[in-house]
Amino acid sequence: MSDRQVTADAGPPASEREDLLMPSAFNSVIDMIAGPFEWFGNLGIFFWQVVRAAVTPPYEWRELVRQLDEVGSKSLPLVALAGAAVGVVISLEARYSLSRFGAKSLFPATLVYSVVQVMGPIITGLVVSGRVGAGMGAELASMKVTEQIDAIEASAINPFRLLAATRILACILMLPLLTLAADLCGLLTGWFAQAMVEPLSFHQFIESGFKGATFNAFLPPTFKTAVYGLIIGLIACFQGMHTRGGAEGVGRAATNSVVLASLFLILADVVLVKFILVVFP
Amino acid sequence: MTATYDISAKQGEAKEDGRLRVVAVDNLHKSFGSNHVLEGISLSVCSGETMAVLGRSGTGKSVLLRLIIGLDKPDSGSVCIHGQDLAGLTLDQIGAIRIKMGFLFQHAALYDSLTVAENVAFPLQHHRREMSRSEQSDRVRQLLAEVGMDGNLDKMPSDISGGMQKRVGLARALALEPEILLLDEPTAGLDPISSGEINDLVLTLQREHHMASIVVTHDLHSARTIANRLALLDEGRVVIEGKFEDLEQSDIPFVREFLKQS
Repeated sequence: MSDRQVTADAGPPASEREDLLMPSAFNSVIDMIAGPFEWFGNLGIFFWQVVRAAVTPPYEWRELVRQLDEVGSKSLPLVALAGAAVGVVISLEARYSLSRFGAKSLFPATLVYSVVQVMGPIITGLVVSGRVGAGMGAELASMKVTEQIDAIEASAINPFRLLAATRILACILMLPLLTLAADLCGLLTGWFAQAMVEPLSFHQFIESGFKGATFNAFLPPTFKTAVYGLIIGLIACFQGMHTRGGAEGVGRAATNSVVLASLFLILADVVLVKFILVVFP
Repeated sequence: MTATYDISAKQGEAKEDGRLRVVAVDNLHKSFGSNHVLEGISLSVCSGETMAVLGRSGTGKSVLLRLIIGLDKPDSGSVCIHGQDLAGLTLDQIGAIRIKMGFLFQHAALYDSLTVAENVAFPLQHHRREMSRSEQSDRVRQLLAEVGMDGNLDKMPSDISGGMQKRVGLARALALEPEILLLDEPTAGLDPISSGEINDLVLTLQREHHMASIVVTHDLHSARTIANRLALLDEGRVVIEGKFEDLEQSDIPFVREFLKQS
């Protein structure tokens, strides 16, 4: 056994080990604190690069249309199904709760306001975050690790304009439309679930449910989903285009896209609901 | 080997022995963490000239190409294309320079959701919008025929071999008729006949289109065939630069060992 091996096996003395560990532990704490700030900083820089690319020609209309189809048309069945399920659940729960308090006549309004103002937007956002966020994050991450994004850039095409801006804009434009679809399915199935138990014509349901309703009650909650779209598209594109580490990195990007987009979407909802209540009383 | 330089009317451009210097790399340094990949690389390429960059694996040859096309930024030093320093340019400004350049990646980097023909058409669709669809199709067929891939138009990249992907990548790099061509291992994975065809293509481009090329390669035979000058890198520095005969006559031990093992 050589002198180098003996030294390596024995390791440094305990006091030196403590000295080695302390800077390492300190650095770990610093990294843990600085990490989120660094992430937000990089996200901000990425957002600015996308905005700058999006507003300068040449515009990628063909890719935008393709993404509108990818985000909108292909998410529609899943969103509609989710909306329909939510409508049934709210119908069953609302009927039970309202019956206990002798307020069955409020059922149509309860269902309408619950679906359109609360559940429709958030369920649509979370479903799209899962489907579109994961898909976008994984697709762009795969392109990143196989140098396809570098190839786009080397072909004198701005990848922020072609890949990120089109996807983010598609999410912003499609989320409100998908929310309307989810709302419609939720109201239809909610009414149907109620009508199976007690006679309630659709005309009665609509008249009663929307009685006294104003645009302020329904449009802001629907269009706030455009902010959800921005969050989903931005985080998915950022995670994908900054991937490292091969297949593991692609998986991590897909997972992080969904988790972070869902988290920020829920947090944004808290802020947006308050904002809507103040600005659109 | 000596060269005469004079500054032309265009700021930053220079002529070397009467030819325009299109790529000028000056004292480039690049590190990734504690790994110092390039430590003071300087070289230049003139129009109509092919330079081969040789060296052991991991000496920064591919990094050098990435710095020249601006995919990475150097830690220090400068890269000038047609006299224009890439430092401080925006992405769109660099894009205006990249239009005149073609880049072949080491692993081809084909767009895996597009067919072979669509891959080659991609730059044309974005930068040659004045061309009609049929003109673009004709140009794509012509390019793929030049690299011997005209029978695989509708295949996906995953359906063809690595060598075939490399040839499609070369066709895509030539789509916009670049003035400067950067090739990262163009003959890697190709059989000798295909390698010869690629070499002939590079020579034709050099002779007929005065295209400047920088070729990173391990294939010494290919380098000797196509290159006017060769640069041998070791530990991030240029050990020797000149014609093949200069390398053969060199007394530098690393050079002699490299030629002996190739």
